[in-house]
Amino acid sequence: MGIYSFKLPDIGEGIVEGEVVAWHVEIGATVKEDDPVLDVMTDKATVTIPSPVDGTVRTRRGNVGDILPVGQTCITFEVDGEGNSSEEEAEPEPVVEEPAPEKKPKTKAATPPAPSSRGGDSKPLASPAVRRRAKEEGLDLSKVSGSGPAGRITHADLDAWKDAGSPVAAAGPAPREAKVGTTEVPVVGLRRKIAEQMHKSYSSIAHFSYFEDVDVTNLEELRQHLNSTRPDGAPKLTYLPFIMQALVKALAERPECNAHYDDEREVIIRHEAINLGIATQTERGLYVPVVKNVEAMDLWQTVAEMGRVTSAAKDGEASLEELSGSTFTITSLGKMGGTGATPIINHPEVGILGVHNAVDSAVVRDGNIVIRRIMKLSSSWDHRVVDGFDGAMMVQILKNYLEHPATIFM
Amino acid sequence: MNGGISLVEQKKCQVLVIGAGPGGYVAAIRAGQLGLSTIIVEGEKAGGTCLIRGCIPSKAMINAAHKLHDLSAMAKEGGHMGISIPGPAELNMEGLVAWKDGIVKRLNKGVENLLKRAGAELINGWAEFIDAKTCKVSSADGELRIEAENVILANGSVPTELPFMPFGGDVISSREALDLKEVPDNLVVVGGGYIGLELGIAFAHLGSNVTVLEAMETVLPIFDRELRRPVELNLKRLGVKVHTGVFAKGIDDDGNVQYAAKDEQEKIQTLKADKVLVTVGRRPNNNGWGLEEMGVKTSEHGFVIVDGRCATNMRGVYCIGDLAERGAMLAHAASSQGEMVAEVIAGNIREWDPVAVPAIVFTEPEIVEVGLSPEQASAEGHPVIIGKFPLAANGRALTMEAEKTGGFIRVVAREDDHRILGVQAVGTNVSELSGEFTLAIEMGALLEDVAGTIHAHPTMSESFHEGVLATLGHAIHIA
Repeated sequence: MGIYSFKLPDIGEGIVEGEVVAWHVEIGATVKEDDPVLDVMTDKATVTIPSPVDGTVRTRRGNVGDILPVGQTCITFEVDGEGNSSEEEAEPEPVVEEPAPEKKPKTKAATPPAPSSRGGDSKPLASPAVRRRAKEEGLDLSKVSGSGPAGRITHADLDAWKDAGSPVAAAGPAPREAKVGTTEVPVVGLRRKIAEQMHKSYSSIAHFSYFEDVDVTNLEELRQHLNSTRPDGAPKLTYLPFIMQALVKALAERPECNAHYDDEREVIIRHEAINLGIATQTERGLYVPVVKNVEAMDLWQTVAEMGRVTSAAKDGEASLEELSGSTFTITSLGKMGGTGATPIINHPEVGILGVHNAVDSAVVRDGNIVIRRIMKLSSSWDHRVVDGFDGAMMVQILKNYLEHPATIFM
Repeated sequence: MNGGISLVEQKKCQVLVIGAGPGGYVAAIRAGQLGLSTIIVEGEKAGGTCLIRGCIPSKAMINAAHKLHDLSAMAKEGGHMGISIPGPAELNMEGLVAWKDGIVKRLNKGVENLLKRAGAELINGWAEFIDAKTCKVSSADGELRIEAENVILANGSVPTELPFMPFGGDVISSREALDLKEVPDNLVVVGGGYIGLELGIAFAHLGSNVTVLEAMETVLPIFDRELRRPVELNLKRLGVKVHTGVFAKGIDDDGNVQYAAKDEQEKIQTLKADKVLVTVGRRPNNNGWGLEEMGVKTSEHGFVIVDGRCATNMRGVYCIGDLAERGAMLAHAASSQGEMVAEVIAGNIREWDPVAVPAIVFTEPEIVEVGLSPEQASAEGHPVIIGKFPLAANGRALTMEAEKTGGFIRVVAREDDHRILGVQAVGTNVSELSGEFTLAIEMGALLEDVAGTIHAHPTMSESFHEGVLATLGHAIHIA
């Protein structure tokens, strides 16, 4: 019998730490090589770490929500044969604690804990009589929040749950009640990453926003035409692939907008490649998959690749590679439209484009009121390195391409 | 059969219970209370392993043996507690067994009476199933055929036999150990689990020279070291010899036990034995009564597979207690399952969902375990705090000399919300405290709930209160 200690591997270029989001094995569990043991989330993606050996889990390092540095021993196994470390080494070395206690789930003292606070196991806390009544009345105790200490569920809680319209509550309007409870949702995993990234972007970048209306009547005509004559198997075109191709042209003219600002080194890195991040809402939260080298694609390739990376992000299958390397980001509000937004720049980029839905609108042309299809664009720029004129000019160039769509393809 | 006429008596019922042990008889009483027509079939005496040849008679013998041991201390020079007995306390083993049998008989008659009052019909005989809902029963009165709408299997378990030293003659199971006509001079106990140690200690108290052989590295391996320790020390004090990491090999021509160490299988050693008590476990009683005709699924270890309502894969067939996969081989688990199943059959929605099933070992000192041990709680991901209180700091324990075996109460709770997850205790008479431990866990009590409950003085239950205070960091009676 030997001890095999396993260090958190290098999970991606430049990644120095990961957050534990789920353990797949308990202490004492027998695992086979390549069985999943641990999910770790990095800045970009969640990576499932497979077991390196056949063995029995002896120790685990890090609870869900904890940050583990790359190279930290995260798990030790008891294995047949020699293993790779001595007993002493296998003991986890002290972790460098995150200097941010508010990120940890708080442990409470003797004061009455908040209602519905449960942890460790998910089994609801209730006396046998309450459990029996719930069973008989078909109430799912795991959905009832208990008002008692440690979230213990009482008969009164069951009454309240039924009155509030539980799935089996009698029909009829429930009396309205003032509520006082709170629910604490720990900010962990992807939500924490989003929070950190947004805070970093918003606190370090001097944003300015610029809005413009674009007449996409002609573009709409072209889009309809292309869709009705599209090749077999080709995906339907939305506005986005046209906007991405128009950005290729516009960003080439304003290279200061297709850049990263490394504010620590005080260097602006202008990119030749145009890699467009597409902000994508998923069930797990916001992801930004990247369509790379849009400048080397035609319209059909653009729409196909965009469809591929965004569905990979939605399915949780996007690789780290597909979630990094953007030089400029588009956030599309799609059907939710709106009349304007102030998008937050995806640090260290210097600009972001928000796209609203196109609607038929009454506008004045040559002294007459006419109906045109108008799309609103909202953009934000890093004013530290992009002057107001440059940002505005960039949007005007983009507008020009979109209003005269043939020029996108010249 | 000619012309379809059967000469065998036929009976029909809504509920047929097989086995009148603590699972079966409780199920039958409850079914009767609920107005279901109920038949319960028992091959021996109502009461089952628990009442007739297990829990109850063994506790009677343990108590008698303890009394003899205490009296012997008073018979020594100078006596004890200021009490001297002139001359040694004398044991009449047949008298002891008769006294024990008296208790068993009272309980047996009590169960029969309770069944009758509840309207459940008790049939003495051996049931054998033809299909899932039909069985024939052979009894002294002839053969009987029973067709049932619902069947509750409560056939229990039987002692595991070692193929190389089968039961018979001087090789005995716990059952025969409780009916010995005389105390064996040399008793070898094969298997240092709870049954072996309970009886081994009782016979040591009665004057036997007891040796325990255990294959694992320790006796009572299911308990942690801290809990085992006082029992191990007392075994030493009583002169019980314990060999761990050894396998019994057989019986030689003189009736002595041969055994060998795990690592030295070739080197056979011999122990003088007048009786050999084999207590290497119990297995489900799953053959010889037609289980295979019922289409009921069993696990690879021979237990009947059941769901949360103790229902098997066959509609209307339930299984409870030691035979069921969820039984935990404990009488009280079987009883609570039996009660529940009767209510399920009567149309109620029920589930067997205890938070904690208490386990007690009636060694001297006794061990109680309820809920999660510190290791289990940590493994389940709970942030754990632990508090301990020694019986030596409890006044009532001193008056009863319950502290002499070095016992303590240990409380396991969650650090964040203070929910009590488990309570363990070891010590003389601690078994009677188990009810409060279990109630606390089952009700979802926090440390503060027990801390805020006045515990009567002077009682040993104060130790639980203090153990809880110790977990909170402010026990009163220890520094």
